[in-house]
Amino acid sequence: MSTISKESNVWGGGSKPFDASYGKMMMWFFLLTDALTFSGFLGAYGFCRFKYSESWPLAEHVFTHFPGIKGDQPLLYVALMTFILIMSSVTMVLAVHHGKLMNKNKVAIWMFLTIIGGAIFLGSQAWEWMHFIHGTHDGSIQLADGSVAKVINSGEKIMGKTYDYEILRIGAEKYITEKDLISNLKENSKKIYGANMIVNEYGLPQFANFFFFITGFHGFHVFSGVILNIIIFINILFGTYERRGHYEMVEKVGLYWHFVDLVWVFVFTFFYLI
Amino acid sequence: MENNHSTKQIWIVFLILLILTGIEVGLGIFKPVSYQALKWTFIILTLVKAYYIIAYFMHVKHERRNFIFTLAFPAFILIPYLLFILLTEAGDLI
Repeated sequence: MSTISKESNVWGGGSKPFDASYGKMMMWFFLLTDALTFSGFLGAYGFCRFKYSESWPLAEHVFTHFPGIKGDQPLLYVALMTFILIMSSVTMVLAVHHGKLMNKNKVAIWMFLTIIGGAIFLGSQAWEWMHFIHGTHDGSIQLADGSVAKVINSGEKIMGKTYDYEILRIGAEKYITEKDLISNLKENSKKIYGANMIVNEYGLPQFANFFFFITGFHGFHVFSGVILNIIIFINILFGTYERRGHYEMVEKVGLYWHFVDLVWVFVFTFFYLI
Repeated sequence: MENNHSTKQIWIVFLILLILTGIEVGLGIFKPVSYQALKWTFIILTLVKAYYIIAYFMHVKHERRNFIFTLAFPAFILIPYLLFILLTEAGDLI
């Protein structure tokens, strides 16, 4: 009798209209709000990126390092980071998958690999930050009006032409090639190296601010995700979920982990590609 | 049987994500077409990747329909609205 009245009265509590547990549903609602937060950040980035498009640095001029390889390698390192994060997402799905089959050892193995992937990603991000903060060997010059110009060495091919003297590049692709103007601008300039919250050798300081804020906020998500994964991993080893009879905690933390991957897919596109 | 089937699907989705990312990186390095065309290609590829992650990795495809709508409607209404305002003001859309 009591079960019938429970089922007929869906909103009386005790039933699951979404056929999802409370914890999973709340994780989803949290992720939805987090998605709105990140779209706010990336939207603000897009606003500045197109508002100041003529002096906005191009990511391919900024992130050109790859460990062990000399010279410019645009996009390669961040592509590797993306690969690592997608890979760790896959290991997480496999952990959830084996959790549903109550396969304790396999859940533990895949969970462990997920943690390793997350740790490698965090290390890569730290490396990228380090290079961004330290900047290039040659640095840039900050002109009297505050704009930042990169000195292009003589002999480099620029828009199909080569110059036998140093020229300046402001922003992504505004080149100054008149000799007198260059020496005039250089006289009233100062050298800057690397990027921080105030100056940015690659262009507008707002680019550096957005970079630190968005990738930092995402990196903090990855960091807390790794911590959560470690806690769940220890619980798996202790057999907590075996005793509980289900591995739903792995699924919940898995949702969070996939969300971190999802955000990175967008950060990768809007920060590094566009 | 059921087990093999769903692990296979996971690896297929992984392969799709990998190939799409590879295409994005290739386009980003070699830039075969104009910036506008590249920009929209990147956005579309990203949305496709996001769909695969949400639908398969996050299992939304197998949730109840009313739950999917509860999650999708706020995102699909609020995010485009915000982006429309910001990008219009930035002068990129018009």
